[in-house]
Amino acid sequence: MFQVLAGLATGGIYASLALALVMIYQATHLVNFAQGEMAMFSTYIAWSLINAGMGFWPAFLLTVGIAFILGIFIERIVIRPVENAPVLVVVVVFIGLLVILNSVAGWIYTYTIKSFPSPFPAEPLFGIRYMSAHQLGAIGVTLVVLAVLYVFFRFTPVGLAMRAAAQNPVSSRLVGIRVGWMLALGWGLAAAVGAVAGMMIAPIVYLDPNMMSGILLYAFAAALLGGIDSPVGAVVGGFVVGVLENVLGAFVIGNELKLSVALVLIIGMLLVKPSGFFGKVHVTRV
Amino acid sequence: MTKKNFLTLMILLVVACALPFLVSNYRTFQFTLVLVYAIALLGLNVLTGYNGQISLGHGAFYAIGAYTAAILMDKLGAPYWATLPAAGAVCLVAGFLFGLPALRLEGLYLALATFALGVSMPQLLKYHHLEAWTGGVQGIVIAKPEPPAFLRDAGLVLNADQWLYFFALAVTILMFALGWNLMRGRVGRALIAIRDQHIAAQAMGINNALYKSLAFGVSAMYTGIAGALGAIAVQYVAPDSFNIFLSLVFLVGIVVGGLASISGALYGALFIQFVPNIADDISKAAPWAIFGVIMIAFVYLMPTGVAGAVRLLLARKKSP
Amino acid sequence: MALLEVGALSAFYGATPVLHGIGFTLQEGSITALLGANGAGKTTTLRALCAMVKTAGQIRFAGERIERRATEDIVRLGIAHVPDGRGTFANLTTEENLRLGAYTRRGRDAVQGDLERVYGYFPRLKERRSQQAGTLSGGEQQMLAVSRALMLRPRLMLLDEPSFGLAPLLVRELFGILQTVNRRDGVSMLLVEQNAAMALDLADHAYLLETGRVVLSGPAHDIRRDDAVRRSYLGY
Repeated sequence: MFQVLAGLATGGIYASLALALVMIYQATHLVNFAQGEMAMFSTYIAWSLINAGMGFWPAFLLTVGIAFILGIFIERIVIRPVENAPVLVVVVVFIGLLVILNSVAGWIYTYTIKSFPSPFPAEPLFGIRYMSAHQLGAIGVTLVVLAVLYVFFRFTPVGLAMRAAAQNPVSSRLVGIRVGWMLALGWGLAAAVGAVAGMMIAPIVYLDPNMMSGILLYAFAAALLGGIDSPVGAVVGGFVVGVLENVLGAFVIGNELKLSVALVLIIGMLLVKPSGFFGKVHVTRV
Repeated sequence: MTKKNFLTLMILLVVACALPFLVSNYRTFQFTLVLVYAIALLGLNVLTGYNGQISLGHGAFYAIGAYTAAILMDKLGAPYWATLPAAGAVCLVAGFLFGLPALRLEGLYLALATFALGVSMPQLLKYHHLEAWTGGVQGIVIAKPEPPAFLRDAGLVLNADQWLYFFALAVTILMFALGWNLMRGRVGRALIAIRDQHIAAQAMGINNALYKSLAFGVSAMYTGIAGALGAIAVQYVAPDSFNIFLSLVFLVGIVVGGLASISGALYGALFIQFVPNIADDISKAAPWAIFGVIMIAFVYLMPTGVAGAVRLLLARKKSP
Repeated sequence: MALLEVGALSAFYGATPVLHGIGFTLQEGSITALLGANGAGKTTTLRALCAMVKTAGQIRFAGERIERRATEDIVRLGIAHVPDGRGTFANLTTEENLRLGAYTRRGRDAVQGDLERVYGYFPRLKERRSQQAGTLSGGEQQMLAVSRALMLRPRLMLLDEPSFGLAPLLVRELFGILQTVNRRDGVSMLLVEQNAAMALDLADHAYLLETGRVVLSGPAHDIRRDDAVRRSYLGY
């Protein structure tokens, strides 16, 4: 039971990161290999702010804002030139971004592991003894983020425009949508969501430049499980992967091979059901 | 091969043979590693450069080769030179097997699957059920090979580092000759055809599935042999040296050296061996930041890598 | 007043020229038909007006030169393009498609009013307002495409083969609404059609394109009676 609940907590974080991946994939058909490092870098920024004396939640919000701008910046400067380039070039640029972010973080902050505070109290909430307050809080934050995004995409004109731009850039231009900026906005949002994920997981796994590579793998597995172009799927996939990881880790294969679970999941999904369980079947009348 | 090329190669060979006697033992060791990386990069190039299948997980095959050598030497007392063909065989099979399901994956998805392989490798190597063989987190220490007796009898005195260098050089020459032959013949043309126009290739009668899996197998074999050689040179294998960054280092190597190029493997190897040493003086994190920037710069500005630039320069010199 | 003036317009797909220095004008408030066989360059002309292909030459809209502007900006000047293939956002609902047509507009009440008006023209769209647009029939998607353009409250509508794949009854219904919109709301239209007969009935003026050049121009009813046109394009 512990495992399932703990799995849901980490699952929420995987879900957030998977959602960020799916958002970028939907808009650009590109897999953002650097998503984890972007989240890690944002978390370090939060750490700096907190260390400088800022309270957790103000630092949290400011970091989300900074991550948003960072995401837009990266899309416009680094990604835009290679949007239509051959696959190898795109992969190299993403990997380049990954290692640059990783090493800059290491350079500025060193590789010593740092602890990252949790905004939630140390004692269990509401007398619930199965989950720590932080785990509950992490799920709560994840759900809030998802709700905000849902409302944004479903009910605001900009959200609608972003969905349109992702699906059909040509028609989007014909209604006046500035597709380039919609892509940048998508990256900004994805970066912001990633930052939230980073700040929620850091108290658990401790802050160090390499903290996100394993988590990124789980997020990939989650996104593939749910369908790389389905936001709902990514979220569901995240929770499923979180629970699977914990349950399998505790009872079947031991904690050491948890990443291999992700590997098997990724390869399995890619081979068996590449569109995932929730991947949209596009209906078009000829 | 043209007379000019042959001459260039001979000169290169003479220089290579003279090297260990002209520089310090440590430098010789570094050049041995350059040879090791060159073999690994040639392997990756066969798959990614010539055949267009992106692998972000070749560090895993390097690791398998390295551990095969280490286990054979440490647990079974095998002689060091025998571990190379063994590592090659193991990786050929492993690569081919991985290549079979990978057939269905294209571009970014294949990159993703191999990325997952590269990230999860260290954990697999640390798995405690395998500890009896792999040595767990501590890894395995290997004895340094001594120059063979017949050389001493012939009057040639080499120290261990120099012998290792020449051994690696011999292996490298063999692997490069093999690779050059393969790529320039029917196999190479088939691989390139599949990379550039896979539907047309199939229509022309090329068995895409077979060639693509073979490409994976051969590529893994090369990298595995490099891994075994590297393990012998470094005399130590441990799980954390085979993390995702190793795979990424190989990627940097072929991008900088030159894709789909035999000589590119050598340029790339020189780059990845010596640049971090220079960069380390700046900061521990600096090598990767520099790698990242250089990698991106190369794909933008010099997509054919150093090998391509060299070719361009030579062509310009010929035609006034 | 001439709303649209095109001079020496050439268009290229890659390095290949598809339009060879064509010229035409469109008067405000009129419906102008652009006729020609397959491959004559009609669709390319509309695309050129919206900066969707590489061009050379001049395009003036309401006196302003627009050939260097981006598609998104041209839309904001009041030009709505109903593309070849309808350009439906298949995974969004009908109503979302319509609202996107008004993306560049301010004034929520006016937009809501226009939405109701469009539903008035095409009640079938209102029935299917929450349905995924990709599941609509061909005819309904055509109505949707035209309606989406209307949601812009455009000064000029560019229509690329609106009759394509529609049953004659539907075409008549659609063209009737186009006429109403033109007469009542003063929306100018540039109509590209292979169906020359129906287009000439609706239009005030017509131009005939052949392999990227204008070969005939004049009032619609004159073109309709022209012998060469009759034989080649009207089938009698």
